Amino acid sequence: MAFRQFGVAASMTVALALATPAYAVTEIQWWHAMTGGNNDIVNKLAEEFNASQSDYKVVPTFKGSYPDTMNAGIAAFRAGTAPHIIQVFEVGTATMMSATGAIKPVYQLMKDAGEPFDPKAYLPAITGYYSTAKGDMLSFPFNSSSMVMWINKDELKKAGVAEIPKTWPDVFDAAKKLKAAGHNTCGFSNAWATWAHIEQFSAWHNVPIGSKANGLDGFDTVLSFNSPLHVKHLQNLIDLQKDKTYDYSGRENKSEARFASGECAIFLTSSGYYATAKSTAKFDFTSAPMPYYPDAAGAPQNSIIGGASLWVMGGKKSDEYKGVAKFFTFLSDTNRQAKLHQESGYLPITKAAYEKSIKDGFYEKNPTLQTPLKELTNKEPTENSRGLRFGNMVQMRDVWAEQIEAALAGQKTAQQALDEAVAKGNAMLRTFEKTAK
Amino acid sequence: MEKSVVFNNRLLPYLLLVPQLIITFVFFYWPASQAVRQSFLREDAFGLNSEFVGLENYQSLFADPGYYKSMLTTLVFSSLVAALSLSIALLFATQADKNLKAAGAYKTLMIWPYAVAPAVAGVLWIFMFHPTLGTLARPLRWMNFDWNPLLNGTHAMILVVMAAVWKQISYNFLFFLAGLQSIPKSVLEAGAIDGAGPMRRFWTITFPLLSPTTFFLLVVNVVYVFFDTFGIIDAVTGGGPAGATTTMVYKVFADGRLGGDLGGSAAQSVVLMVIVIALTAVQFKYVERKVQY
Repeated sequence: MAFRQFGVAASMTVALALATPAYAVTEIQWWHAMTGGNNDIVNKLAEEFNASQSDYKVVPTFKGSYPDTMNAGIAAFRAGTAPHIIQVFEVGTATMMSATGAIKPVYQLMKDAGEPFDPKAYLPAITGYYSTAKGDMLSFPFNSSSMVMWINKDELKKAGVAEIPKTWPDVFDAAKKLKAAGHNTCGFSNAWATWAHIEQFSAWHNVPIGSKANGLDGFDTVLSFNSPLHVKHLQNLIDLQKDKTYDYSGRENKSEARFASGECAIFLTSSGYYATAKSTAKFDFTSAPMPYYPDAAGAPQNSIIGGASLWVMGGKKSDEYKGVAKFFTFLSDTNRQAKLHQESGYLPITKAAYEKSIKDGFYEKNPTLQTPLKELTNKEPTENSRGLRFGNMVQMRDVWAEQIEAALAGQKTAQQALDEAVAKGNAMLRTFEKTAK
Repeated sequence: MEKSVVFNNRLLPYLLLVPQLIITFVFFYWPASQAVRQSFLREDAFGLNSEFVGLENYQSLFADPGYYKSMLTTLVFSSLVAALSLSIALLFATQADKNLKAAGAYKTLMIWPYAVAPAVAGVLWIFMFHPTLGTLARPLRWMNFDWNPLLNGTHAMILVVMAAVWKQISYNFLFFLAGLQSIPKSVLEAGAIDGAGPMRRFWTITFPLLSPTTFFLLVVNVVYVFFDTFGIIDAVTGGGPAGATTTMVYKVFADGRLGGDLGGSAAQSVVLMVIVIALTAVQFKYVERKVQY
């Protein structure tokens, strides 16, 4: 009978298909926001992984800036065409983790796929940012950096500053000397205004940005960065801005060139600035830990990270998840991590990779790359320095920056500006809390 | 014999209208109705939770002093951009309308900036006027002028206005030039014979005859500054410093895209839509009376 023959043929086809899995390569879509040299690294990683086995194929796609990539992922999810892996910057963490069902937590993924996974193998200062209060890792850290103080050694010497400043008062003195020595437009400055003066500043001085361990322990967090220490710091900046001993450089890092051009001899920005500094600065430079106020108890504490992590989207097939898990194991390999760190300047994410880099003598030749690691591991992280997780953080940074700008322009006192930044931020947090249930 | 063709089919006119109606519906009414619907909802970015909240989004919008500030900013920004881009384009167009040697090349070059994407235009202006990187900001600093759009709201406003005007001049130029060329030379010559100077001829003959173009451009420019300028603002100032360049449309973009607050953002776009509809209606009702077709 024709029908029976068809049945036999069909079952034979199925058997054949099962017997030859090598032909069924599972594609894993990876959306990212890496440009330039970092884009090459992403492509190289995917190529190496694809060459290392034949079951899975990682396909990286560049999706624009960090906010663009995140929005593309969200839009794709709403349309039912989300990628498997999406790179999301650190401030998008709260939005991603609140989207239960839209994402697959990494610890769950590794468990389901049966991949060996020891969360303790990763540097807590990095994974803490992307883990639940219980320590379950939600996303996989990819490129991490921290904030450091970049120093133009030549100019400091010319201005008669013998030692690299360690504390904020030291920085202010050095900036005054630099100004007297001809740096009329900039004694010192920084990129990423709120990251420097609110987020990192708070962690480094072990004071809270908000309650509930800066939001890590719950979305019902309340901001509190209008403390006397914060006010004192902003007031100092306001006073120094008047004659440009301090000069504001904007909310992002467009003004990093002020360091490389020699205009600002002291400049706080991401440790990820290393590659650019190396290729553009024509003077002897180094990086130093962020300054602190010596009268603040416990300072310096430890810094927090910035950068991005890889989120796994929900609703995919278990076979595809297995491939993603294998890819993460591939990324965690000690030699690969150490190489990635030494080539790109990103922080290593595993303890073993960090130790290997020390053992290799890498930091003796490249001390600038160890500064952020020293900051991150300076002390055991506290409630105030594990990280931060606030909903609407992307826009909240703008709201905070607006207030800092108003204060530096002389429209508000430091207290008024920070009070308003806190009040507006809290209102945004309450809106987020309502939607994130 | 009856010469004019009469279609007796009653359906035909509607059938002929259908494509136009579909396009209008799909691209205008449907998205607009979605915005209205969204403005009554509170939803997370992923669309996992959606809750009907009535007028809550509007209430919090009108309770926010920042929103009134952005209205004022929009007023300043849009009047400056519309006035400057129209008058400068008119000046250029009248000059290009004369018998010039390289008129063709001049006209072509004038139109180029229109092909530049708003965000790219913004970046170009950053490179010219960035306090430290800018090629044009450096001379200002040498003259001891403290040019600082990063902290000075007025400077930032000047910068985005310049970028937005620069972008729009080509478009206006094109229409003004076409308008000027359609004015009969005989009228102008008659004026000249009667002894009217060039200025007098312009204000009493050219300008009134150009008024349909001017009116059209006024409407288009107002819509442009209200809706199309957020790319420039995003690239140049990001709405800063301290909200000095946050116009209403930029706020819609910032709250919706950067903030993931779709409901609040939708409420703002509904308000913006109402304002622009009202403005256009006013223009057609009152300004159009002065137009001489």
